[in-house]
Order: sequence, then structure tokens, then C-alpha cells
Amino acid sequence: MKNRVLLLSMLVSLLAAPTFSHAQAPNTAVIESFSDPALETRARNLQRQLRCLVCQGESIDESNSPFAGDVRHLLRQQISEGRSDQQILDFLVARYGDFILMKPPVQPNTWLLWLAPFLVLGAGGAVAWTAVKKAGAREA
Amino acid sequence: MIGELGQLVLCFALALSLVMAVSGLMGARPTAIAARKTATSSALGLLVFVVLAFGILTYAFVTSDFSVALVASHSHTLKPLVYKISGVWGNHEGSMLLWVLVLALYAGLVAVLQRGGERLTSAALGVQGLLAFAFILFILFTSNPFLRLDPAPFEGAGLMPLLQDPGLAMHPPMLYAGYVGLSAAFSYAAAALMVGEEGWARAARPFMLVAWIALTCGIALGSWWAYYELGWGGFWGWDPVENASLMPWLIATALLHSALATEKSGAFRTWTLLLAIAGFSMSLIGTFLVRSGVITSVHAFASDPTRGFFMLILIALAITGALGLFAWRASKLQGGTAFSSVSRETTLLLNNVFLVAACACVFVGTLYPLVLDAMNGTKISVGPPYYVLTFAPIFFALLLLVPFGPQLGWKRADLKSAWRTLYPALGLAAVAAVTVLAIVSPRGAAATGAFAVAGWLIGASIIDIRKRKGARASGFASALAHAGLAITLMGVAGTTAWRSEALTVMAPGQKLTVGPYTLRFDGVTREKGPNYIADRGHIALLDGNKVQTTLLPEHRYYPAEGQEMTDTAIHTNGLRDLYLALGDDRGAGHFALRAYVSPLAPLIWLGGLVMALGGILSLWGRLRVKDPAPQAAAPAVAQAAE
Repeated sequence: MKNRVLLLSMLVSLLAAPTFSHAQAPNTAVIESFSDPALETRARNLQRQLRCLVCQGESIDESNSPFAGDVRHLLRQQISEGRSDQQILDFLVARYGDFILMKPPVQPNTWLLWLAPFLVLGAGGAVAWTAVKKAGAREA
Repeated sequence: MIGELGQLVLCFALALSLVMAVSGLMGARPTAIAARKTATSSALGLLVFVVLAFGILTYAFVTSDFSVALVASHSHTLKPLVYKISGVWGNHEGSMLLWVLVLALYAGLVAVLQRGGERLTSAALGVQGLLAFAFILFILFTSNPFLRLDPAPFEGAGLMPLLQDPGLAMHPPMLYAGYVGLSAAFSYAAAALMVGEEGWARAARPFMLVAWIALTCGIALGSWWAYYELGWGGFWGWDPVENASLMPWLIATALLHSALATEKSGAFRTWTLLLAIAGFSMSLIGTFLVRSGVITSVHAFASDPTRGFFMLILIALAITGALGLFAWRASKLQGGTAFSSVSRETTLLLNNVFLVAACACVFVGTLYPLVLDAMNGTKISVGPPYYVLTFAPIFFALLLLVPFGPQLGWKRADLKSAWRTLYPALGLAAVAAVTVLAIVSPRGAAATGAFAVAGWLIGASIIDIRKRKGARASGFASALAHAGLAITLMGVAGTTAWRSEALTVMAPGQKLTVGPYTLRFDGVTREKGPNYIADRGHIALLDGNKVQTTLLPEHRYYPAEGQEMTDTAIHTNGLRDLYLALGDDRGAGHFALRAYVSPLAPLIWLGGLVMALGGILSLWGRLRVKDPAPQAAAPAVAQAAE
């Protein structure tokens, strides 16, 4: 978790590309901030669901790494091409693997991950139930 | 000289911890009076020597003695004094020494207070001595803070700028006081298993309370530090390092509740023992996660695999040893008490079920990716969405049940009368929910639900306090702690649901509106700190055309460390934060700026404080009244003895 503000400056440098020619303005067709707030919300929302692969525990939204910048660029491009959120996520997973998803997918190797808390809850509940019944029987 | 002295002192401490372990364990036998005396005095001796070793290291940092390698690699002459001191634990070796210092402090307290029977105390000191021995050995062999550097450099490498902050000065000692403090409960539990003493829960309670209070404050401080220091406006990221402190807290909270039942009504004897073991085990696992470098993040400065391996063996021995002892001896303590299904015992049991499940959730979420990666190289991320879907509902269900506990009596209670007492709290819950729906946007089910539950909890706390009017101060402990939970919940829900943010480049004189605030960027000045250079933004908070106040966020550069840092500026009215982080220079007086408005953010940490205050009240009651004979304890003990 380095200086998260740097991320901001990256975003901003792209955003401000027309005004500041010295900013690392990429190709002209690049969209880095949508003027449509609905699209911008979608982009930010997607960015938060993705993990920066080269950082430690930062999302694509927060990270200032070049990798995160590329992914932001990529997903914004796909949004502007009219792809759905799910299509974009599928595309990124195909390219980078499950590691990029902040929310682990539900699949055979994560069943235990998703179920474990509720299994513990269920088992705990069962144990508590029998303990209470036993204690009640002793009372009677 | 100073390095060698430190090392020598630490070797003495090692020897004393061994004496303490052996004599303490021998003192568990009924006739070994001399051994018990030795255990007590060696515990105090251990404390003296560990304090000395820590003092010597601190002295080396304060005097910038760069012939000590650790000081050279983590300090700098230009660093302000407070960060020279906090630099002692801002690195792996020093923080392990702090760990042992806290362990020795608790051992000293156990020795001085002599709570519980002589044999119990002695055996507890023995276990504490074993832990101290293992960890001092770990320090001397793999993480020696007193190693020399020859020739000594003229200047040190400095401390990570991120860590040069008052929050860091306080956060680790507080956190360690909490999670190493759980060692006392662990030692008492192991001792109880050895000598078969029933009264251990009462003997260990003040230690559990102190540890829990410190852990609560430590987590709150850590979260606050992350909030104002990292410049991202968030307060909790479900980072493995944060999780490492949350797991012991969840188990310690369960332990406090379960131990209460054990003490007051004799229920859940074996379960409470198991929780005491589990609580410190979580601390050990947390220490391993953070200190071994298994998970690399802000806190994990260490990445030497031999350390990780050594520590893993220590931890495995401690945990399996305690669990083995439990499996072997726990049946001897089994009493089995009677209580009706509607009773405080049942609510405490449910509390434990939910807290343990919540802890399981954090545990699995933190370790699953590591295990999967180790097994077949599959990489997955377990980020915040996982916890929102698993931890949140479990914790939410727990919160719904919280108000019933204090209203139900021990052994046998009446649910109807509890309802009659509590229903006004439902009214407050409804008012809270309606208010949120009516006046705040955007509307959301989660925020509405959170406020309804917060209203329910606070209402119940008010009812409880009114009911207990005139009672001893400690009678209000649970009402306060539960209200603290509600306050934190409102803070979390408020910032999550209603935060607004702006992310732009500002030109001098330019205005920006974010949430209800209007800001004007008045340019940047160049400032020189003791060991950094900063761009200081001057941002006026406007009230109409008047300047209400000026916020001064900084973008700092630390030449010694070659790093950049942001120093946020936060303007709060107590209920809402305006949060500014200055970005870098965009040329021609333009600067990047990130602004957040976080409604109710201050409540997150206020709630933590209120919870801790509840703990302090409870502790106060414990220490003031020498032996508060509980009404229910007598028959329970008689029953157990049959």
C-alpha cells in the first residue's frame, strides 16, 4: 500500500491530458473518464471488484501501478464498446485468472471457502442445541 | 558496548525464563512450596531483564548508535525523538522484543497479583515461562536486534515514512498489549487443566479484560491510522494483517462472555478452557502471519524463511501442546450444570456460536488462498466482497440477539418479561430506520437495516442503564460495550453508504464542490519538515464567500528514505469528515486533489472507545471489590463437586 494519492494523479493526468501536454497522453481514442455519470459509476464499480496483480491487496481502483492503469484503460474501452459488466469480468478472468477477482468465484476449489463459515455456524448451532437440551434435562 | 550488553541481558532473560518455566510447572505439585517461590521471583527477574533489554535497544535508537545494525537500517539522526523511539518497534526484531516485553509484563502481573490458588498461579507462571523461553530463543537465534555493524555508518537508512506517525507510535504497543495479553488467559487455562482447579476463570478474568480492552483500542487505533495516513479514505480493508488482529478479538470477546457464564453459574467449563486456548492460538497465528513474511504487506517487513519456519514450529508446539493437555485432562473438569433453554446461559452460548463462526469466516478467508496456493499453485483473491457476504450476515444476526442477554437471568428466565422490557427499543429501531429512509439518500437496504439494528442496541442499552440505576459502576459495563458496537455500526454503515468523493486537478483559485462543502484551492507552499520536504496545499473551506477554515494537506518527500507520502487534512464536525489528500504537482501551480466527505466516519472509532470504556468499567468493578460473591456460583460449585 504505497501512496494511494499517486493513483489519483495518474487518473488525473489522463483526465487532464488535453490541458497538460506533458502528461503521458496515450492514443487519442482512449477514454479515461466518462462524461456520462452512469458509465463512470459502472467503471469505478468494476475497478473496485478487481485486484491489482502486482500490488499487495490493492484494488485496480486504488493502485497507482502501471498494471492497474492498463486494466482501467482496458475495462473503460470495453465499457465504451457496449460490453456488459459480466462480459468484461469474464474477459479479464480469461486473461489474468481468478486472482484478479476480489470476490472469489464459486467453483469446486472454493466451495469450502464459501461454505466453511456457515458449516461452522451450523455445527456450532447443533452443539449449542444439544448442550441446551442436556442442561434443560438436568434441570428437570 | 551497548549491543553486547543488550545481548547479554537478553541471554540472562532466557535463562530466567527457563528457571521460571521449570519451577512454575514443578510448583503445580501440592508440596512444592519452594518451587512456587522461585517461579514468582524468576517471573519478576524476567520482567526486569526484558525491560532492561528493551531499554538498551531504545537507548541505541535514541542516541542513533549506528554500530547496531538494526538502528542503522531503521533510524536516522534527523528523525524526531518520538519516531526514534517508535522506530524501536517499527521493524521485525524490535517488534518481537516488544512482544516478549508484553509477555513478561503479564507474567509479572500474574506473579504479583497471585490470583487463584497457589498451585494454579504457579502452573500459569510455568506456562508463561515456557512461552517466554521459546520466543526469546526465537529472537536470539533468528531476529537478534543487537547485531553489530562494523564499520558503523555515519547515517542511518531511516524509517518508512508511512510509519513516522503518532498512530504508529501507539498502535503496535496497544495491539500487543491485547493479543499477547491473551497469553495470561491461555496460561491460566493450561494451568487449570494441570491442577484441576475450577476457579481459574475468575482468577484470569482481569487479565482477559485488560487484554480485550487493549485489543479493542489497538484495532481502533490501527483502523484510524490507516484512515488518516494512507490517503484512501477507507478504514478497514480486510487485509490479512488487519484480519490477524480481528481473529483474536472475536475469540477474546467470545471468551469474556463464556468465562462469565463459567464463573457465575458454572456452565461451559470445558468450552471456556478451549476458548482461552483458541484466543491466544489466534494471536500466535496472527503473529506468524504478520511476522513471518508469509503475507507481504505494509506490516510484513520480515521475509526471511528461516524465521517463518522457526516460528511455525514454536506455534505448532504451543497450540498442539495446549490442545493435547485439553484432550487429556478436560474430562476431569466436566461438571455439567442445569439451566433452562430460556436463560442467560443460552444467550451467551449463542453469542459464542456466532462469534466463533465469524472468526472462522475471517480465518478461512485469510488462510484459504495461502493453502490453495501451497497445494497446487492456484491463486485466488479473497477480498472485501467475500466478507460482506459471509462475515456481515453472521455478525448482523449476532447483533440482533445482543439485547436479550442482559435482560435474561441466570438459570431460568422469562422471555415474555424480557420482551416487555425491551419493546421500547424496537420503537427506537423503527424510528432510526424511518429516519434513514426519509431524510437520507441514496436509500439502501443495508444502511437502513444497520441503523435499525443500531437503534435496537442503543435502545436496549438505555433501558438496561435505567433499570440498573444506582447499581455499581461495573453493572453498566455491558450496556456501554453493546452501545459502542451500535455506534461503530452506524459509522461503518454511514461512510459506506453515503460517502461522496471528488478526484480532480485544481488550479489556483479554482472552486470545488464535494458533498455539502465548497472548497477553494489557494495554491501550494513549499515547507521544510525535520526530515522531509512538503508541498502544502492551502484549501479554504468556504461558507458563502467567507473562509470558514483552511485545510492544509501535504504531499511529502522523505529524502533519507527516497519516498513520497501523503499527509491528509481532515476537517470534522464530529459527525462528518471532510477528508483531503493532496496529489502531485501537475505544473503551472496545478495540483491533483482527492476529496472525500465521509458521513458518520468519526463514530467508527468513537464506538471502539465506548466499547473499551465498557471493558474498563467492568475491570474497575473487579479490582475495587475484593471478592464479589456471585449469587449463583455457590450452588454451581457444589454441584460440580458431586
